[in-house]
Amino acid sequence: MKPVAHSGLRPKAICFLLACCALIIASFASLNLQFAAFFDSGTLRKMGLFIAELTQPNWSGAFWLKLLPAALETLAMSALGTLIAFVLGLALAIPASKRSLARFSLVRSSARWVLSALRSVPELMWAALLLISAGLGPMSGTLALALHTTGVLGRMFAEALENAPKDNEFALSVRGVSRSKIFFFVQVPQIAPQLVSYTLYRWENNIRAATVLGIVGAGGLGQMLSYYLSLFKMSETSSILLVMIGLVLLVDMLSAKIRRVLA
Amino acid sequence: MKIDLERVSVRHPPTLSRRGEVLSDVSLAVASGEKIAIIGPSGAGKTSLLHVLACAQQPSEGRLLLNDHDPWTLSNAKLKDLRGQLFLAPQIAPLVPRQRVVTSVLAGRLPQLSLLQSVRNLIYPTNLQAVHDALARFDLAEKLFERVDRLSGGERQRVGLARVMISSAQLLLIDEPLSALDPQRGDQALASLCQMAHDRQATLIATLHHVEMALKFFPRIIGLAQGNVQFDLPVAQVTPALLTELYRNQTEVDHAFDAVQTAGDTIARPAFAPACR
Amino acid sequence: MTSLIPTSAPDFSDIASQHLRDPAWSRRLTGAIVALLILWPMFEWTEFKIWTLWGPESLKQTGNFLASFFPPKLSNDFLIQVAHETWRTVAMATVGITLAIVLAVPFAVIAVRVLSLSALTGRMQFLPSAVREIVRAILIILRSVPELIWALIFVRVVGLGPTSGVLAIALTYAGMLGKVYAEILESGDPSNSQALMRNGAGRLQTLFYALLPQNADELTSYTIYRWECAIRSSAVLGFVGAGGLGQMMDASLKMFNGSEVLTILIVFLLLVWCSDLVSAWLRKFLS
Repeated sequence: MKPVAHSGLRPKAICFLLACCALIIASFASLNLQFAAFFDSGTLRKMGLFIAELTQPNWSGAFWLKLLPAALETLAMSALGTLIAFVLGLALAIPASKRSLARFSLVRSSARWVLSALRSVPELMWAALLLISAGLGPMSGTLALALHTTGVLGRMFAEALENAPKDNEFALSVRGVSRSKIFFFVQVPQIAPQLVSYTLYRWENNIRAATVLGIVGAGGLGQMLSYYLSLFKMSETSSILLVMIGLVLLVDMLSAKIRRVLA
Repeated sequence: MKIDLERVSVRHPPTLSRRGEVLSDVSLAVASGEKIAIIGPSGAGKTSLLHVLACAQQPSEGRLLLNDHDPWTLSNAKLKDLRGQLFLAPQIAPLVPRQRVVTSVLAGRLPQLSLLQSVRNLIYPTNLQAVHDALARFDLAEKLFERVDRLSGGERQRVGLARVMISSAQLLLIDEPLSALDPQRGDQALASLCQMAHDRQATLIATLHHVEMALKFFPRIIGLAQGNVQFDLPVAQVTPALLTELYRNQTEVDHAFDAVQTAGDTIARPAFAPACR
Repeated sequence: MTSLIPTSAPDFSDIASQHLRDPAWSRRLTGAIVALLILWPMFEWTEFKIWTLWGPESLKQTGNFLASFFPPKLSNDFLIQVAHETWRTVAMATVGITLAIVLAVPFAVIAVRVLSLSALTGRMQFLPSAVREIVRAILIILRSVPELIWALIFVRVVGLGPTSGVLAIALTYAGMLGKVYAEILESGDPSNSQALMRNGAGRLQTLFYALLPQNADELTSYTIYRWECAIRSSAVLGFVGAGGLGQMMDASLKMFNGSEVLTILIVFLLLVWCSDLVSAWLRKFLS
C-alpha cells in the first residue's frame, strides 16, 4: 500500500496558524493604514531634516538649566513612586497571600482583585486619570507610578510570602507568638532578598515610564519633550532624548550597585 | 509544668508510605520538673508525641492535660498564654538564614514582648548580655553577631538550644538535640539543658536516638515503638534486653545519621504543620 | 580521652559584658540618615504635597469629577463606539506585532551565533562577529526608546491616526522580540544544527529543519505574551493621538465626562482580563 503523505504539522498548530492569519488580515483591513503617506517624498525629506537636526543636540548652558531640574524631577518621580509602591504593595500582600487553609477567603480574593485592577491600568492611564485631582505636575506622575507598581509588587510579594518555607513560622506559632510578630521576625527577613530584588527591578522599569509620563502633563523630562517636539525644535529634542537615555543607564547602574551592596 | 496524657491516639489518613495510626493509646503522667528521654526506632512516633505535648497536634482520641487543664478546651487567650510557657525545639533549628544569631536567639523571648518591643529588637537588640550568656553555655559566644547561614549545622543546632535557654518556658520539648553534634558537644549540650531545666524547675522531655546519652543524662526513659509505649521506667531499671526488644525491627541502632531519616518518612504530619525537614 | 575540641571557650564574658554593642548599629544608623537625606529632596522635587489632595478646592473638584463617573454611560451609540475603538486597539496591536515579527526574525537569525558557519570549526571570524554585534546593538536601540516617543515623533510627521501607533509598536517590539528570539534560539541544544551544517546544509535550511522546530513552543509562547502587552501599549498610544480606546478616554477626560471615562475604563479592564485569559489558554493549548 502506498504510504499516505501528510503534513508534519500538528492539527492544533494548523488551527492556530489559520486563526492568526484571519486575525491579522482582519486587522490590516479594518485599520486605515497610510503607509504610503509615511513613505512619500515629502515626508521622507522631513524625516531626513529631523534626523539631521537630531544629530546636533543643544548643549548650551541655558538649556542645561532647564534640563537638570527636569531630569531630577523625573528621577525623583521614579524613586519615590517605587518606594511608595513597596510599602503599599507589602501591606496588600499580607491579605493577598494564602495564610489559612480555607480554599476561598473573601479577604484574600478582594486583596488580589484590588492588586489586579491596580496592575492592569498602565501608568500613563493612571496619570491621565489623576491629573484631575492631583493637577498637572510631577505629583500625578509619582502617584500614577505608585499605584500601578503597587499592583505589580503586591502580587510578586504575595507569591514570595506564599512560597517561603513555613518551618520557622511554625516553630514560633507553636509558642503562641502573634502573627504580627511572626511577620516582622520571620516572614519579612526570609523574603527580604526577593523584596529588594523585585523593587529594584521595578525601579529600572519605572525610570523608563517616568520619562514619558510628562507627555500627558505629569512633569519631568516628558513634559519638556512634548513641548519642544510640538515646536519641531529637534536639537533640543535630541538633548532631552539623550538625557533620558542617560537617566535610564544611571538607574540601571545604581540598581546593580545596590544589589551588590545588599547581597 | 505537670503533664497527663490519658489514652491518647493520633490518627492520620493512611497513605501508601505510612500507617494511619501514629500514636495509639499512649498514657503518661509527668510531674513538674521531671526529666524524661523518649527513645525508639525511626517512625516510632516520637516527634508526633512531642507535637501532641506542644499543643501542635490535637489527639484523635484521649485527652491531654497540662497543669490539669485541657488546652484544647481553653479560650484562645488562655491557650496563647499556655503556649508561651512551653517550648518546642524541632530537630532542624528553625532559624532564618539571613538573620543574625543575636536576633534568632532573641526570638525566644517573643511571647513575653509586646509588638513594639519586638520590632525595636529588630532595629537594635536589647538585653545583649542575656543572649551572650545563653550562647556561652553552648560555646558560641563569639558568634553573637554572625549571620546564621554562615554557621555549620552543629552550630545552628546549638543556636536553637540557646533560644530555649533564653526563653522562660516551663515545659521544654526538644526533638533530637544531638543530631548534628559530635560526642563532645553533645555531652556539653545535654549537660547545659539539664542544668537549665533544673535551675528553672522546668519539665524537660527530649527525644533521642543516642541511647547511651539518654541513659547517661535522664532519670526516666520512655521507649516508644510503632506508636505504642513499650516501657516507661526509671533509668536504673532499663535493661539491655528491653532495648534490644525495642529496636528489634530496626537494623541500625544508635546510628548518628538516623536522626536525619526520622524527619521525613513514616512520621505523619500534624494537620497544619509543615514536614519536619 | 583527649579531644581536639576545647570543652569550654575562653571566658570572654567578663571582658565583653561591659562592652557589648551591636556592630551593625553604626552602619544601619548611617544608612538610615543617608536615606533620609536623599528622601527629603525627592519629596521636594516631585512637589509631593499630597495633603493638597484634601484641600477644599481640590476635594470639591475631585468629588465632582468622581460623582460624574456614576452611572457609567451605557447608551447604545456610545457602546457601539466603544466596541469599535476596542477592536481598533486590538487591530493596532496585531498589526504592530506582525510587523515587529517581520523585522525581528531576520535580525534574530543574523544575530544568533548558532548559525555561524565560521564558528563550526573554531572561533568565529572577525567580520561575522562584528556583524552580529552591530545587529544586537540595533536591537538594543530599538528596544530602549519608549514606544510613546516613537509615536509622538511619527504623529508629528505623519499626522494623527493608527499608522503612527502601529509603527511605534512595530519598532519597539521588534527590538524586544528580536532579543528574546535570539536568546531562545541560542539556548537550545546546538548539536542538531551543528550536525546539519557540518553535513553541508545551508543556514536557512538549518533554521527551518532544526532551530525553528526545536524552539517553536517557546517562540510562540513569548510572542503571544508580547501580543498581550501590545494591546496595553496600543491603548496607551491613543493618548498621543494614535486612535483606539486611549484616544477615546483622552477626549472624554478633557471634557470632564466622567461617565464616559468610567465605561471606557471598565471596557479596557475587561479587554486586559480577556486577553490575559486568551493568552494563557493559547499557551496551554499549544504546549
